[in-house]
Amino acid sequence: MSENTSGGAHSAAMDEIYAEAEQWHVNTGNETIHAKRIPGRWRTIKWLAASVWLIFFLGPYMRWDGRQAVLFDIPNRQYHLFGVTVLPQDFWMLSLLLLFFAILLAVATALAGRVYCGYFCFQTVWTDVFTLIEEKLEGNPAQRRKLASAPLTGRKLRIKAIKHLLWMLIGFATGFSFVAWFYGAEKLWQDFFVGNANAAVYASVALFTVGTYVLAGWLREQVCFWLCPYARIQGVMLDRTTVVPAYDERRGEPRGRMKKGETEASRSTGDCVDCNQCVAVCPTGVDIRNGQQEGCITCGLCIDACNAVMDKVGRPRGLIRYASLDELEGKSAPAMVARPRVWVYTAILVLALSGIIYGLSSLSAIELKVLHERAPLFVQLSDGSIQNKYTLKVLNKTNEDLMVSISVEADVPVTVSGTEEPIAAKQGEVNPGIVFVKIEREHLGAERLPLTFVASAALPNGTEIQASRESAFFGPRP
Amino acid sequence: MAENNPFPGENNTGHFWDDNLRELKNPPPRWWMIAFWASVAWWVLYAILYPMWPALPGQAEEGKDFTPGILGWTSIKEYKQGVEQVEAVRAQYDEQIAEMTPEQIIEDAGLLQYTLASSKVLFGDYCAGCHGSGGQGNPGYPVLADDDWLYGGSLSKISETITNGRKGAMTAHANILTEAEVDQLAKFTVELSEGGEGSEAGWALYNEKGCVACHGAKANGVLAELPTGEIVTVGAANLTDSIWRFKPGGYESAKHTILYGVNQPGVEQTRDAVMPAFSDVGQLEGKLTPQQIKMLSVYVHQLGGGQ
Repeated sequence: MSENTSGGAHSAAMDEIYAEAEQWHVNTGNETIHAKRIPGRWRTIKWLAASVWLIFFLGPYMRWDGRQAVLFDIPNRQYHLFGVTVLPQDFWMLSLLLLFFAILLAVATALAGRVYCGYFCFQTVWTDVFTLIEEKLEGNPAQRRKLASAPLTGRKLRIKAIKHLLWMLIGFATGFSFVAWFYGAEKLWQDFFVGNANAAVYASVALFTVGTYVLAGWLREQVCFWLCPYARIQGVMLDRTTVVPAYDERRGEPRGRMKKGETEASRSTGDCVDCNQCVAVCPTGVDIRNGQQEGCITCGLCIDACNAVMDKVGRPRGLIRYASLDELEGKSAPAMVARPRVWVYTAILVLALSGIIYGLSSLSAIELKVLHERAPLFVQLSDGSIQNKYTLKVLNKTNEDLMVSISVEADVPVTVSGTEEPIAAKQGEVNPGIVFVKIEREHLGAERLPLTFVASAALPNGTEIQASRESAFFGPRP
Repeated sequence: MAENNPFPGENNTGHFWDDNLRELKNPPPRWWMIAFWASVAWWVLYAILYPMWPALPGQAEEGKDFTPGILGWTSIKEYKQGVEQVEAVRAQYDEQIAEMTPEQIIEDAGLLQYTLASSKVLFGDYCAGCHGSGGQGNPGYPVLADDDWLYGGSLSKISETITNGRKGAMTAHANILTEAEVDQLAKFTVELSEGGEGSEAGWALYNEKGCVACHGAKANGVLAELPTGEIVTVGAANLTDSIWRFKPGGYESAKHTILYGVNQPGVEQTRDAVMPAFSDVGQLEGKLTPQQIKMLSVYVHQLGGGQ
């Protein structure tokens, strides 16, 4: 900056600050990253990890017992997971599931950095596919940049139109598949294209189509930089022992281009040949040689690039490699089993998982709720006895309609009415019933007596099932 | 200014302060500007499609005090459509109920559930003011959740009570009986309500002074039992059960009722016991239709003491 200065004096300190500010560069979306694609070990792993998302597209077509294997039936409030049907009442398990995945993200990040970002995140995967299409249609990064700045011709228009159409199609497939998990794939195919699906379905598909197109086609790495909260959260989970793609500064510096006639023995530079390949292949456009930074999604593509170059120039691989800060600085990292963080995370994971397994394996077939009438809390009958009124709610979680009989257990003799006929409990519904309990005055030893309501039913296969609920009987002060 | 710009080529606005402090042209990113203009467009579109502006002063008409918007949407219209949908769902149940007797409704679990749920609102509007939200009664107003009925607790009797209302009557005995006789009769009723047999002298006085005419030979408020099982009453209280018509009950309450009677004109301390008629047939607007009375009878019957 100093060479621009015509008036005013700068101190050396100011010059330094300006120099630093000039280097500090953040892409806020005004430049499009055109990353180079090269084959390599991490590229292959990235594709393998990304292919997990095929489940998202194909999963809705999996069948189980004559219906969609996994179907989140929101209108009927039934969530089918293979052989198990989960009702909203069992949703405490969902919180354990969310805890499990949240902690899994934390563990993975603490141990191996933002592997989720680099390999599994839908933003990464979809952007990867979108840019692959771009490359197939428009050519390598140089050709893409050239096309972008070229005037609009018939050829450019055709290429761009095909590209955006394909992006939209992928967006549509994404939305369609998402809705299929909730609406039922078979029904969706029947209803969607003839206009028979409901507005929520069309709105969801439209939102996903546009959302996918904009996020993966236009915003790309900008999402990771400015929109994604996980990117920021994960940044603080790293520590000195976390393994992330890292540039081995001790080996690489001072970086310098290879000079003609210079032998390996006589060179004055480090191993880095300053070929910029690591920057060229980076999908978020960062320079890994500046160290760990917010833009790095730890996808490892720069490792592939650097290794390929090292092979070419005959220097050992691993100038950029998965390594922890401690390892790069020559310190020994503690073994994984010696790190308390690993144990705490593992304990939470095991706890959440066993909660879910317990929940799924002990799903009771019927559930009983007892609501004691409050106005009046109790009624004195003409013979002097006291009567309480209870509203029962029987939830039938089986797939069959059941006849549920109710009985009342108490320490004193009780007269129960309203239970002569069993409650016809429709499957998947909450079925109400009203029960009156009467206790003679002389048996009322206290204002409050414990009662237990028991609901029992026989499944079609003959198995007896039961559910019970404690309640209380109220009376006047004796 | 541009000709003596000390920082050429850095895209500044030409505004300088203190030698080197200057304003640069750094527009927001394009996507941000697109989003900004899109939201402005959204706002304009919204104003065209939906009601947005209040009418000018003096221009407001009833129900049209805003620009209507070309979609014609209003929240009250949406609300009314929602109500229509609910009524359409309710209509099919109401039609079935119209064809049925209260006894048949109680037999049908689904319709009973519907009747109980929808009558809760009716009960709250018309009955709860005196009888309490759950039929628990109030001082002077009978409990509906117990099994003690002045006029009978069958579905038809309950329906009759709601339709025509009730008005109790009992003579004030302050000028008819001596103090000793009032005392004896009050003690007699207390004894009966506590499960006692009643003294011979008590029964003699009860019969002699005409109490028997309304409260019945057994003092249980029943004048006669028909072969159908229905009972004939004039609404006089059952003196043999443990429930008191007028709270708090006991000797003082009994004495008060005997002295001043029920609904006696001109007697200042008389007991009030009036229930208005709720049928809208030949009555004022805002009362209950026969269908509503039918449903309310079922509701009251199911409160805990229906017979």
